[in-house]
Amino acid sequence: MVGQSAGRRALTATAFLAPSLTPLLLFTLGPMAASLVISLLRWDLLRPPQWKGLGNYAVLVADPDFHAAVGHTVFFILGYLPLAFIGGLAIALALNQKLGGLSIFRTIYFLPVVTSWVVVAFMWKWLLNPSSGIVNYALTLVGIHGPGWWTDPAWSMPSVILASAWKDLGFVMVILLAGLQAIPDDYYEAAAVDGAGRWARFWHITLPLLSPASFFVVVISLINSFQVFDQIWVMTGGGPVDSTSVIVLQIVQNAFSYGRVGYASAMSWVLFAAILVITLVQLQLQRRWVTYA
Amino acid sequence: MPSGVQVLPLSSAERVFGELGQPIERVPVQVTVGLRRRGFRRPAFSRALIYGALLAGSVIMLFPFLWMLGTSLKVDRELFVTPPQLLPAPFAPENYRIVLDTFPIGRFLLNSVVVAVASTALQLTTSAMAAYAFARLRFRGRDALFLVYLATLMIPFQVTIVPLFVEMRVLGFVNTYPGLILPTVASAFGTFLLRQAFLSLPHELEEAAFIDGASHWTVFSRIVIPLSRPALATFGIFAFMASWNSFLWPLVVVSSQDLMTLPVGLANLHGRYTTAWNLVMAGATISVIPILAVYMAAQKQVIRSVALSGIKG
Repeated sequence: MVGQSAGRRALTATAFLAPSLTPLLLFTLGPMAASLVISLLRWDLLRPPQWKGLGNYAVLVADPDFHAAVGHTVFFILGYLPLAFIGGLAIALALNQKLGGLSIFRTIYFLPVVTSWVVVAFMWKWLLNPSSGIVNYALTLVGIHGPGWWTDPAWSMPSVILASAWKDLGFVMVILLAGLQAIPDDYYEAAAVDGAGRWARFWHITLPLLSPASFFVVVISLINSFQVFDQIWVMTGGGPVDSTSVIVLQIVQNAFSYGRVGYASAMSWVLFAAILVITLVQLQLQRRWVTYA
Repeated sequence: MPSGVQVLPLSSAERVFGELGQPIERVPVQVTVGLRRRGFRRPAFSRALIYGALLAGSVIMLFPFLWMLGTSLKVDRELFVTPPQLLPAPFAPENYRIVLDTFPIGRFLLNSVVVAVASTALQLTTSAMAAYAFARLRFRGRDALFLVYLATLMIPFQVTIVPLFVEMRVLGFVNTYPGLILPTVASAFGTFLLRQAFLSLPHELEEAAFIDGASHWTVFSRIVIPLSRPALATFGIFAFMASWNSFLWPLVVVSSQDLMTLPVGLANLHGRYTTAWNLVMAGATISVIPILAVYMAAQKQVIRSVALSGIKG
């Protein structure tokens, strides 16, 4: 404490920090550095690695499979993000009303968030079964011949998007609801006194003051979407005909199925860089649209 | 962190969830519904509309769960009949027996429990100790080191997965519990969360203890920890759920069926029985019960821990 020598203080600090710092070094920071080195190698985990320099990155730039994976990931994000955000916002707005008995709805909407992806993927794969699924049956009742969903290359990604948005609605709802509840009532009252209608209040008070929470949701969801994997592994395994082969799936396949460990590492660094750049861009852009009260 | 935990750079997370030094239990992520908002009482028609929409939404959220349960109790030939029947007839609870007999679901369950409990206990211990150092000790390089902890949150798990696997192979931990647990021993997110909680505790009690000759360890274990139970519970639930639902790392580090956790074992089960949806759904139903029990028992804490961290399944 006050009278302790610097050496003794450092000793105490070391004792408290060692249990977390050691594993962080061994299992996060160390592997991170190693990954950068491995990305410069040609290695199949069996034979001794060979130096390849930036070769893996050069191959990556020209690899049509990787381009396709980036395209599929972007497809996923463009479908999933608006669906989850607008759906979650609608639920949050409804739950923020002055009405009784709404907490049961919050419980229900949040249920899929705590359920593991494997279970959710099973549920949706079965619901969207092309021949015996209940969704296609329901569609026939209104005269629509349902698509082949996850068995059809044109519909496989929309199937994954649908399941993903369904699972994450509750997550978006909870964050936006917290944001809505942080908006002071006085603002609405003052606006009402000034003659602002419901729509004007939503547009000029709710949306701007909800922007910090929206920003948080968008940043987190984007980071997570770039890493989409679990649901795809279970629902489609990347197929049919690679139509849902996303970046992380290719990392895992290259590393653990094709014996291209260096190439997989290079891919993971490109993914990391993309996430970092997009997050930084968003932090810059937030000045344009995020209002801090 | 195989769960893909993401935390925002501080400045934005702070702005959303309150000031840095704020006690975690007071961070405004308490999500209440049905606000007592003054004025603007909605007309009956508009209220009915909102209830109706929420009810319809609830059906969409609940139906997949009910359909899973219903399917798990159907006999084979009932699976593919048109129109599909919601209620199983005849009732086939023996599907659960078949799944339990032919597939080591019990073993998967045990593995998931062992890994989740060990991982949660270790993360709580290591994070609380580090958080104490960052919140209460003065030593050279403290702030820089804290930034290093925070920086690790930015690293996607996919970047470390290959070297981590190689490391586990070298250590002989592939297909072992240590292989599953070790990478989750430390949590920078937990350190951050608990540091916030510790910073908010008053210093008076500790000062009195120090005057009585107590060591830092005594103050940590006897004063700081007992006073921080809400924050520890929030992080504990978070860590448990992240481990329970974790998929990618267990998929990579374990290939022996004896060591598979529930998600990986289930995915494997589906690979075996591609069309036996009743059996697959019985397995899925079994696997979802423990986490739903946790959710029902500690709903507020679960929602808060998810909202705070941005973790999703």
